[in-house]
Amino acid sequence: MRKWWRKLSEALGFALLGLAALLVVAVLVLIMYDIVAKGGKAVTWEFITQKPTKGMTAGGIWPAIVGTFWVSLVTVTVSVPLGMCAAIYLNEYARQGRLVRLIRVAIRNLSGVPSIVYGLFGLGLFVLTLNLGLSVLAAGFTLGLLTLPWTITASEEALKTVAFSYREGALALGATKWQTIRTNVLPYAVPGMLTGTILGLARAAGETAPILFTGAAFFWPFLAPFPKVLTTQFMALPYHLFIMSTQHHEIGKVRPLAYGTALVLVMLIFLLNLGAVLIRYRFRRKFRRA
Amino acid sequence: MKENALRFFFAANGVLAIVILLGIFSLLFTESLPALKELGVGEFLFHLCWDPTSPERASYGILAMVLSTFMVSFGALAIAVPVGVACAAFLADVAPPQVREFLKPVVEILASIPSVVVGFLGVVLVGPFIARLFHMPSGLCALNGALLLAVMALPTIVSICEDAIVSVPQEFKSASLALGATKWQTLVHVTLPSASSGIIAAVMLGMGRAIGETMTVLMATGNAAAVPRSFLDPVRTMTATIAIEMGETVQGSLHYQSLFVIGLLLFCMTFAVNVVSDLVLERFQRVRR
Repeated sequence: MRKWWRKLSEALGFALLGLAALLVVAVLVLIMYDIVAKGGKAVTWEFITQKPTKGMTAGGIWPAIVGTFWVSLVTVTVSVPLGMCAAIYLNEYARQGRLVRLIRVAIRNLSGVPSIVYGLFGLGLFVLTLNLGLSVLAAGFTLGLLTLPWTITASEEALKTVAFSYREGALALGATKWQTIRTNVLPYAVPGMLTGTILGLARAAGETAPILFTGAAFFWPFLAPFPKVLTTQFMALPYHLFIMSTQHHEIGKVRPLAYGTALVLVMLIFLLNLGAVLIRYRFRRKFRRA
Repeated sequence: MKENALRFFFAANGVLAIVILLGIFSLLFTESLPALKELGVGEFLFHLCWDPTSPERASYGILAMVLSTFMVSFGALAIAVPVGVACAAFLADVAPPQVREFLKPVVEILASIPSVVVGFLGVVLVGPFIARLFHMPSGLCALNGALLLAVMALPTIVSICEDAIVSVPQEFKSASLALGATKWQTLVHVTLPSASSGIIAAVMLGMGRAIGETMTVLMATGNAAAVPRSFLDPVRTMTATIAIEMGETVQGSLHYQSLFVIGLLLFCMTFAVNVVSDLVLERFQRVRR
């Protein structure tokens, strides 16, 4: 092959790869620009703090924000303890064998189960069999199971970053396995676990399919006090956005509100992600000093 | 004594993952079993027409939605795989460190955008664009869904492919470069083939996601329950059908059970895809070690 051709093909090839990367950036910029430009006008203090009114063609999204908050709280309460304990088993106690292999295969497959199938499972198990009805609890439990694989994986990663010498030091002093984990492993792993939890929460807060039949309501602006709120239906930001963009008949009137809802949802998720990044950053610095 | 109890407690939490997976399967199975018994598997798998609420003769064929699901998913992969692999190769092999530091969060942010927001943009942005481009009354069609799913599959494909490309041993590349190959020739003829099983696994995982994705296709593909003839036809996927109809059925009715049949098939399909990509990835990692 000629030399000039080799050089040209290399330049062209790399340019093509760069173009692909540029395309990915362009897609994100386009998405963000559209949502911020058109949603920015709709998001006011009133929009965030008021109930929807006039058949949802005016007013705000406060009940949807509150609903998302309660469901997320239940989600975390379910998935974090279970996920942390499972990760402790996998990383601290388990020896490589068929059981551990099976557990890992199950975890990976759980994270690939379609979210709507989780919705069916939640409907069958929590709503109907366990008789929770359409409620914050049923939806939160469903999302808790959905996020479980992520919490396990994130917690395990956090446990792995704790140096082995920490464990050996405690064990050498005669501490039992559990004492070692409690005093010398967990304190250092918790920030990492927290990061994973927040990331999982950010994804759960945007999920719609699993709450479709487990408790999300078209219109439910009533805010019951805790704990009664857990057994009622609820509005949620992602479901509200779905309703506003496809199920509402006055498209022209609700479109700006839909854009506003999309912006608030995206901002909420970015804030959670940012929080996770900040914790990870602080955690790393602390570790370096130690 | 206490130590053993704790050990058992933590092990139980680990086993829970297996229990949940089996639980999901058995619930889907028991809920759909009456319908499968009454109508027979053939009614579901070989009929094109899905019309459970027809007053004359209800029919429960899910072939049209399976075709729709595949059409949208493969369309998405046809867009996302070339772009994703190229972007991953750029990240792993070409980009200077500053560009990498910028690109990686971009991919992460793209992954964090909820599917309902992507679906919303399909309704308000991509749909109207397609409608204008092809002179259609509405742009809600298979192409719209494929474009949006491609955006959603991209982050998965990019990050797994990048891992695969980065983990190709340096000696392979050095050997190729030492023989006088250009960096581009090395990438195309050595690095990418060496990373191929990782890339295949990434593509399969992307496909699993695309098949199971619900909100985006529900909002953006028009939901017409017929056999699609082109990418400009509205389609109705398996996931969208469950999402649309589950709210309106009577619990325990034949229609309700049939929706669980769709869920069961969906579970089995994604399970198969995940197991295969798992095996490919595992073999790939063993070779690397």
